[in-house]
Amino acid sequence: MADALIEFRNVNHIYGKGTQQEWDALIDVSVSIRPGEFVAVLGHNGSGKSTLAKHANALLLPSSGCVLVDGMDTRDEETVWDIRQRVGMVFQNPDNQLVATTVEEDVAFGPENLGVPSPEIRRRVDEALLAVDMLEYRLHSPHQLSGGQKQRVAIAGMIAMRPKCIVLDEPTAMLDPVGRQEVMQTVRRLNEEENITVLHITHYMDEAIFADRILVMESGRIALEGTPAQVFSQVDTLYKLQLDVPQMTALAHRLNKRGFSLPADTLTVDELVNQLCQ
Amino acid sequence: MAMLRNITIGQYVPGDSWIHRLDPRTKILATMALIALLFLVQSFPGYGFAALYVLAAVYVSKLPPRYVIRGLRPLLVIIILTLTLHIFMTDGRVLWQWGFISITWEGLVRGAMMGTRLVLLVLGTSILTLTTSPIHLTDGIESLLKPGKPIGIPAHELAMMMTIALRFIPTLLEETEKIMKAQMARGADFESGNLLQRAKNLIPLLVPLFISAFRRADDLAVAMEARGYRGGEGRTKFRELQFAVRDGACLAGVTVFTVVVSVLF
Ligand SMILES: Nc1ncnc2c1ncn2[C@@H]1O[C@H](COP(=O)(O)OP(=O)(O)OP(=O)(O)O)[C@@H](O)[C@H]1O
Ligand SMILES: [Mg+2]
Repeated sequence: MADALIEFRNVNHIYGKGTQQEWDALIDVSVSIRPGEFVAVLGHNGSGKSTLAKHANALLLPSSGCVLVDGMDTRDEETVWDIRQRVGMVFQNPDNQLVATTVEEDVAFGPENLGVPSPEIRRRVDEALLAVDMLEYRLHSPHQLSGGQKQRVAIAGMIAMRPKCIVLDEPTAMLDPVGRQEVMQTVRRLNEEENITVLHITHYMDEAIFADRILVMESGRIALEGTPAQVFSQVDTLYKLQLDVPQMTALAHRLNKRGFSLPADTLTVDELVNQLCQ
Repeated sequence: MAMLRNITIGQYVPGDSWIHRLDPRTKILATMALIALLFLVQSFPGYGFAALYVLAAVYVSKLPPRYVIRGLRPLLVIIILTLTLHIFMTDGRVLWQWGFISITWEGLVRGAMMGTRLVLLVLGTSILTLTTSPIHLTDGIESLLKPGKPIGIPAHELAMMMTIALRFIPTLLEETEKIMKAQMARGADFESGNLLQRAKNLIPLLVPLFISAFRRADDLAVAMEARGYRGGEGRTKFRELQFAVRDGACLAGVTVFTVVVSVLF
């Protein structure tokens, strides 16, 4: 597929290659992410989600197979920095990815690395902070912010590099419900309004129901792939993969076992209410 | 447990005096001029002029004088020690004697000189850190060290280290407090016992703290790489330092003053 933004072709990744403890973290993964898509990645602990994510911007290189970003091979040392500009990455721990002592300095860190001239950096920083609704905090120091705010600053740090895609590796795992909601709203808005491609790794099923497509990983392979409705309707398979399903899907599933006949792809409260009231 | 809360890094007092608005490089150079002056002059009139220089700076900076004086507190012991050593240990005309302890005239003079020198040194550098935010100080140091790059001075790396340290000190302090509370809830005692015992009690605090610091360093390195960091090469700066007319005027004045005073006294 020529129009893919990120393409994984038969990617294998072996940790500790050549040592006693080789570990196959990715096994023959082939998937492509199209521009503008919102893709959620699910999978239980150790299934290879982070490993997959780190291949998207050359933080890890495939042991065999290849990853193409905008047509550039991540193994090509010449284009590594172009790839990292195109694919931004937000990590789980909000404290360990902010570098500078003030919010605006931190957002400027990426553009500084790209060699953007300084008046242009100023413009990009303000723009990016506005996009995540953090402009009024620009002179705060990171430790004065809540977890959700820190993650939004981290996202702004990516936006300021003008990426085509943002990869988020469990960005909400260490946040409270309010912080989670802030981050998810921001990510969805960037995807819908700015048309930024999103690869969102999460443990929370209700964050995945907004995705265009869901990948479910299991022991280094992609076990399931499809729209949220397609994936979540396979309730028993998901349970077997040690995953939850969204609350409403689980409820519908249990009601069906008691004699109801609700569609298996019920995802949200509204959908369930509508179906029950019919 | 307010004990860790009131450690502030740096002692920057925001303001917009003429000195606050100077380029950090100007302020660093002016402070270095003061240090040079204090080591070059050898007489009381010379110290008088140096004192005048410091007082003028305090006045122009509009800092509350007690803030500046507070800078002396941590060094009080050293200052008093220097003073005593010089007063009692210098040979010369004896003014007062009791057993083998004697005070000499020369001792008094030298003690007073060394004391003044130290006090002025500390006051001068306090004015620098009180009127310059850590970020600007870092920028200034980086920019001043940059010409030393061909001879192997890692200007950018040093500045990056300072920035990261400043960024993570509050985070690590918070974490220390958290671990301390957790250990205290399980009966750990950090406040009683003799010095050795207390040091021993800190081990269960330091081990998790170090482990977490290394983990943070690891995460941060990956995050920085993901954001395209590859050292100082080809990097631009968000805030560019800019010498203004007042910086030129200040540096010219300071240079003339330092040269004239150190030649004459
Ligand atoms: N640096 C490493 N060296 C060796 N093995 C590793 C390394 N990083 C990860 N692994 C192993 O590879 C497998 C996949 O790890 P990965 O971090 O991709 O999982 P994950 O799906 O992100 O899990 P989690 O939900 O816990 O974040 C795990 O079994 C892990 O133990
Ligand atoms: Mg992970």
